[in-house]
Amino acid sequence: MRRVTAICNGTAIDHIPSGNALQVLKMLRFDVGRSNPISMVMNVPSGKMGRKDVLKIEDRELNQEELDRLALIAPKASVAIIRNYSVAEKRTIELGSELINIVKCSFSNCITQNNREPLPHKLTIVSSEPMEIRCSYCGKNQDVDEIVDYII
Amino acid sequence: MGDLITMDDLTNKEILQILDEANTLLPVARGDIYLPLLQGKVLGNLFFENSTRTRMSFETAMKRLGGEVINLSSIGSSVAKGETLYDTMQMVDGYTDIAVIRHPNQGAAQYSADAVSIPILNGGDGAGNHPTQTMLDLFTIREAHGSLEGLNVMMVGDLRYGRTTHSLSHALVRFGAKLTLVSPESLKMPVEIVSDLKNHGAEVSETEEMSSSIGSADVIYMTRIQKERFPDEDEYNKVAGVYKLDSSDLSEAKSGMIIMHPLPRVNELHASVDSTKHARYFQQAFNGVPTRMALLCRGLGIKVPKKVK
Repeated sequence: MRRVTAICNGTAIDHIPSGNALQVLKMLRFDVGRSNPISMVMNVPSGKMGRKDVLKIEDRELNQEELDRLALIAPKASVAIIRNYSVAEKRTIELGSELINIVKCSFSNCITQNNREPLPHKLTIVSSEPMEIRCSYCGKNQDVDEIVDYII
Repeated sequence: MGDLITMDDLTNKEILQILDEANTLLPVARGDIYLPLLQGKVLGNLFFENSTRTRMSFETAMKRLGGEVINLSSIGSSVAKGETLYDTMQMVDGYTDIAVIRHPNQGAAQYSADAVSIPILNGGDGAGNHPTQTMLDLFTIREAHGSLEGLNVMMVGDLRYGRTTHSLSHALVRFGAKLTLVSPESLKMPVEIVSDLKNHGAEVSETEEMSSSIGSADVIYMTRIQKERFPDEDEYNKVAGVYKLDSSDLSEAKSGMIIMHPLPRVNELHASVDSTKHARYFQQAFNGVPTRMALLCRGLGIKVPKKVK
């Protein structure tokens, strides 16, 4: 059963872990100040995942840097770039070794908590399964479940 | 390249080489021989937090090697006016050849190293790391035991905020140490550090009880419960004075066991221990001079001769 209509141009993100679609939008910085039409379904049945979320963002092709942000919360999501109602490209999400100016360190005593310090925020991916992320400056492990609250 | 931020910046081979160099430099550290290897070089001593031993031993190390030292503290500088660490470090980059930084914020040393081109030595960043202390600790352990391999090391006290134990534990497990971590529940070693130690294949046990491990220890590393790191004084009062070691506790100790402490001590190490054969903490504090001499030479790319005379 199709719950959302096909889009003419834009990006479709499928196989988002159930309940994470709003976090994905936040991570992509689509939660505020954007005018692109966005369709979202949550908790729909999925053969692969049991339940999943799906997002369709119209008139915007997400670039690889934007998509790689999703590796933190939806590493197995599948992404399709849609042009004229057809899948023009499939893109994969890749988790790099370092996140630069994507997420801030959550540790209250980290040097990067001073907003006036100009160097970029840097987090290192220590392992992907299970996900373990550390601040490259203070070395503190980050709570992956709360990381979306620290998006820059 | 000459930065020392955490012990991960040194291989085991480099650690042993630096300890050998520190040993060679002992007569220079004592002032018996003057060896101006660092003549014309300027060390920036950047202490944004209190220090006795680290600051003084770095200054002595630099001066005994013929170098100069300029000091900065947060009181009486533009730091008190709200200058960012980044801006302060740009000045240091221009005025000095190498700098030691101690800072209350964790990550400040790595941040400084990223901000400048001169070598940065981490003199303690919040509750993070203190690798130059670790090097003098390793020097002291090797001096007493002849080797760093496979020792039973007990660390006691504030393992949560105690940066000296964070760096030292990382280094010791690389030499096959078995660690017994003794602390109150609220001051346990941070999980990411215990995870690193175990991933390294180390045998690590955590306990709240000190006395039963004394007999098997080769090294007892006491630490102070650090009042200044507690967000709440009530929390501090709950654990202050929980571990106290005096000479009567040492009857079961191995003959060659040594007691170390990064100092200052409060009441965790009774003065009665000072006169026992186990006490090494004042020697340990002196060892900061030759070890930091070797680290300054490494940072500045100056070769230490095999022999000095």
